[in-house]
Amino acid sequence: MNRIQSTLTKEHKLLSIYFTAGFPELDDTVSVLKQLQDTGVDMIELGLPFSDPLADGPTIQESSTQALKNGMTTDTLFDQLKDVRKHIHVPLIIMGYFNPIMQYGVERFCKRCQETGIDGLIIPDLPVDVYHEQYQSLFQDYGLLNMFLITPQTPDERIRFIDKVSEGFIYMVSSAATTGAQSSFGNVQEDYFKRIESMQLNAKLLVGFGISNAETYQAATAHSKGAIIGSAFIKHLKTHGSDSVAEFVTQIR
Amino acid sequence: MKTSYHADKKGYYGDFGGAYIPEMLYPNVEELRQNYLEISADPVFKKEFDQLLKDYVGRPTPLYYASRLSEKYNTKIYLKREDLCHTGAHKINNTIGQILLAKRLGKNRVIAETGAGQHGVATATVCALMGIECIVYMGELDIRRQAPNVARMKMLGAEVRPAQSGSKTLKDATNEAIRDWINNPVDTHYIIGSVVGPHPYPDMVARFQSIISEECKTQLQEVEGRDYPDHVIACVGGGSNAAGIYYHYLDDPRVNIIAVEAAGKGIDSGESAATSVLGKEGIIHGSKTLLMQTPDGQITEPYSISAGLDYPGVGPMHAHLYRSQRAEFVSIPDQEAMDWGLTLSQMEGIIPAIETAHAFALLDERKFEPNDVLLFNCSGRGDKDLETYIDYFKL
Repeated sequence: MNRIQSTLTKEHKLLSIYFTAGFPELDDTVSVLKQLQDTGVDMIELGLPFSDPLADGPTIQESSTQALKNGMTTDTLFDQLKDVRKHIHVPLIIMGYFNPIMQYGVERFCKRCQETGIDGLIIPDLPVDVYHEQYQSLFQDYGLLNMFLITPQTPDERIRFIDKVSEGFIYMVSSAATTGAQSSFGNVQEDYFKRIESMQLNAKLLVGFGISNAETYQAATAHSKGAIIGSAFIKHLKTHGSDSVAEFVTQIR
Repeated sequence: MKTSYHADKKGYYGDFGGAYIPEMLYPNVEELRQNYLEISADPVFKKEFDQLLKDYVGRPTPLYYASRLSEKYNTKIYLKREDLCHTGAHKINNTIGQILLAKRLGKNRVIAETGAGQHGVATATVCALMGIECIVYMGELDIRRQAPNVARMKMLGAEVRPAQSGSKTLKDATNEAIRDWINNPVDTHYIIGSVVGPHPYPDMVARFQSIISEECKTQLQEVEGRDYPDHVIACVGGGSNAAGIYYHYLDDPRVNIIAVEAAGKGIDSGESAATSVLGKEGIIHGSKTLLMQTPDGQITEPYSISAGLDYPGVGPMHAHLYRSQRAEFVSIPDQEAMDWGLTLSQMEGIIPAIETAHAFALLDERKFEPNDVLLFNCSGRGDKDLETYIDYFKL
């Protein structure tokens, strides 16, 4: 069983943290990973930086620009992660846009992921139908799960299709927004979370976008398996430095 | 099956096109995809579109036989005068079509991206015409470089929002417009200005621009006794004016298609916008196409003296025309394009946009037969470029 799948069977609510690889400094990647694991984070998403991250708000855009300036490349990331499975046991997911993966070569990328011990991918601009038709069997060959997003506007029929294709969790985007846009959840989110919960999907749901503190974490996980935090953590790293991970995680839960 | 150079049902032109978009954009793009063909084929829509093109834009634009140029180059040169459209370029054909579509879809807010400001002005214009809120994203650098167009948009009642991310130019303005659309999925229509972006945009914009070649067919029939040229020539940045003048000739093998890209300071100079030569297959703004990028897949910043040609990608239609060799691709450096700005002014009394001047520079690159009929898209007028012309020629 893939590490993501076994983590999803745990009893407790899950906390997944996203951060941009190579940020704030190029060589911070592994140290941040270790600290996240040490503070009990359940899953980690590593952002492969891209010059034109369409789905991201200013915080993640800026961290990507900084990581690229620091010299982050696809090969550099895999080199940094070469020995990561000697001491990191939590599931690792690479989140990146499709163009850099295409240029690397999709199969070559998958192979490096497998060698490194990456468990899954989130590729926001690779639509589920294209994935299903062209890439799913390749990803399966390398033991990689691909996670898809749904939003409050995603039609039910499409959610069912995404559920069918999903082997890991479904990434439930909290509202119609780019990353990092929101600070609290209202009735609209509550209704949406309940609506999706009532669909009784096969895949577990993790809520992301707009989760920044204990309150939003609680609200997000009330009707889901867990929550994903990205922008708020990046902001914290930017302000408090790359060795302040525990400080952030302990205030969430 | 007959080969076609038009988009297929899924929005692919050969290997290129499609809709590589984040799930957050899916409902918006899907709504458009499901409706654009039906709405634009509706007789009431068509009537309104045609009426506005006639009374407001000033169509049909003339097909002008350039006698002095023809004599000098010993061939037959026709100019399709899109520079005479309201707001100074072909861009408004598309914005008229899309604003009518937006109204049909019940949208009350319009967003657009702009580089040099021409598409921004054309969008602000139709929004003023319809009384619809208009927000134009423009790179912070471009706002500084294109002050007159920024002022025009403001006079027309649009809000101009600076794109401060990345390289602060057209591609970043496009990113910001897409992010706005993600954040406003219900009430907003995004008017893309070229044949780029996710399906259905490339096909939709090409269809709205296809009026250009539709008119050419009738006009050529009158003067030449046949409705097609031997060569059709246009400049290509994103490629909307080219798509418009190629459209009805794409599947006509009698017509040689020539695309002229901006070589900037030279193909190998590192400062160029010749996407077909320098680009590799990849994804930009939701479309699989040829684009300029680093070996690691980061999108790079193109360069051309003309702000309308410095897009790092190219419409998927054109990527396919290039790869399938249906079209000939030529690239013209800044200097030759600028010289042609003067040549066209002084030989025909037409001051062209610098983008447009690139197309004419083909005449020095390639020899044509005396009986060849050449159809150039004179896509825009040079008013917006006066400052660049003044600086360059010390006028």
